Amino acid sequence: MTDSNTTSGGTNPSDPARAWVFGDNIDTDQITPSRFIVSSDPDELAQHAFEDLRPEFSDSVEPGDFVVAGENFGSGSSREHSPLSLVGAGVSGVVAQSFARIFFRNAINLGLPVLICPGADAIDDGDEIHMDLDTGIVVNHTKDEQYDAEALPEFLQSLVEQGGLKAYTKAKLGR
Amino acid sequence: MTGKTLAEKLLSEKSGTDARAGDYVEAEIDVAMAHDITGPLAFQTFHEVAGEDADLFAPDRTIFTIDHHAPADGVQAANNHNAVRDFAAKHGANQFDVGDGICHAVLVEEGFVSPGDLVIGADSHSTTYGGLGAFGTGVGSTDLGTALASGELWFRVPQTMRFEVDGDLQDGVYAKDLILRFIGDVGFDGCTYKAAEYAGSTIESLPIHERLVLSNMAIEMGGKTGLVAPDDRTAAYLERQTGNEIDLDDAFRSDDDADYESVHTYDAAELAPQVSKPSNPENAVDVTDVEGTEIDQLFVGTCTNGRYEDIKIVADILEGETLAPNVRMVVVPASKSVYRHMLNTGVFQTLTDAGAVIQNAGCGPCAGYHQGVLGDGDVCLATANRNFPGREGSMESNVYLASPATVGASALYGEITDPRNIQTNRYDDTIFAEVLP
Repeated sequence: MTDSNTTSGGTNPSDPARAWVFGDNIDTDQITPSRFIVSSDPDELAQHAFEDLRPEFSDSVEPGDFVVAGENFGSGSSREHSPLSLVGAGVSGVVAQSFARIFFRNAINLGLPVLICPGADAIDDGDEIHMDLDTGIVVNHTKDEQYDAEALPEFLQSLVEQGGLKAYTKAKLGR
Repeated sequence: MTGKTLAEKLLSEKSGTDARAGDYVEAEIDVAMAHDITGPLAFQTFHEVAGEDADLFAPDRTIFTIDHHAPADGVQAANNHNAVRDFAAKHGANQFDVGDGICHAVLVEEGFVSPGDLVIGADSHSTTYGGLGAFGTGVGSTDLGTALASGELWFRVPQTMRFEVDGDLQDGVYAKDLILRFIGDVGFDGCTYKAAEYAGSTIESLPIHERLVLSNMAIEMGGKTGLVAPDDRTAAYLERQTGNEIDLDDAFRSDDDADYESVHTYDAAELAPQVSKPSNPENAVDVTDVEGTEIDQLFVGTCTNGRYEDIKIVADILEGETLAPNVRMVVVPASKSVYRHMLNTGVFQTLTDAGAVIQNAGCGPCAGYHQGVLGDGDVCLATANRNFPGREGSMESNVYLASPATVGASALYGEITDPRNIQTNRYDDTIFAEVLP
């Protein structure tokens, strides 16, 4: 699993970067307001990420930054536009106390690292953190703390190792 | 070994394994659906995975709808529509266009879904199909795009939360009130990674359109699917829709000794009409707690409560009346057949006379796309499924969720009103003979 710490966006979750902290029940409409989802382009979607909730996000987010949230992040719609907007913004991973099911699945399918981390509420906005996907640990450099996250189930790990759902399906189809 | 839940049996059958909660399985897809928002991304995935000219796993069981921005409200939406039309035509899939209706209504009405099917839709409310005893679940575009090529998808077999309801609902109380209560009790994420199963004498007595309401909103408690075991009523409904005889001998139901994650029991007679306060469906309270809340807009429609039976309830309340002077009402039928039925039965006239605006079938203002967007400070009472911050427009607007009866009653007074104070005919009355079961 040597490449597991490199995402499709070219950012690396093992590099420390700032945390953008959000609360509980951040739904897909708040991640990507529905008026913008006529586009499927990650870069265009990224320009509107969290636009109503934190209008400064899209201008100030730096490639490699992290999104940190409370319970039930990504609830609501099945639209992949929401995780895609974070990929477009160069977000290198999402740490949340819990995720809505479809968002979690979509993020893995897109190669956006996601960790379920009950201790994520100790992270403050602007803290410098990094994710270690191999050990399932989130490190907070600002506070000199670290938090255990749930390791990915074996099946999902193997899916990731095979290059994600698209690569897996291609291999299955012999293409 | 204990018995199996309905969800475990459905995924066992489709994966050819002895599937138990927690297992990961690869299962064969029976039906796949995407719409004008989620389709284009899925097409990209399909092309990437299988190639531009590859065959769909089953064109006759693949359905694309144009319902979310219908008619197109901008150039990008129109281009998305064309992408759907082009892909469907090229690959020989079923395609429903502007005005045909919401994906979930269309799939059910057109007989694409049968008991025991595994149905994936690139829309979170694909849980709706559980009302017919199918394992319906929402997925993203990458999942859908790969499944269009392979006909398979991986699933984690869910644990099941069982909601058992017995007794008679009060007049003026509907399936919408039940599901809002369930969501209120277990929370917005209380059923995450799990299946909801609805059972008991009350559920068995519900007509199909009401069961679909329960299944539709399973996702509002995080549910992967929302199941009602298929029965004679399911078979009768499908036989009427499709003309085909349905054999229930092969249909599944949970074993008596199935292992549930939890069982939640309810006495139907005790349930009051429910209203979910802004800005989360889990904020469900008895209507009496919010009576008198002033409203600006009423919205009747969506994949939850935009069926003929729902709109008929509203029309019966508004018959010969007019909307309160301070409100506007937007009615959006869930499908073209609902629209036609409204015309043929006089419901269209009744609502128009009362002052309502009736739009073409589709998703309408449900997610704030167009045709009824809320402004700053607006309060909306909707038959919809979601009331997230800014869901129907401005972040400074507020959406309350309720049943069609509560919306109809509230339209008379311009404030949230208990429908039990108004004459409401239940769906088992003769007025619905034409549309039952």
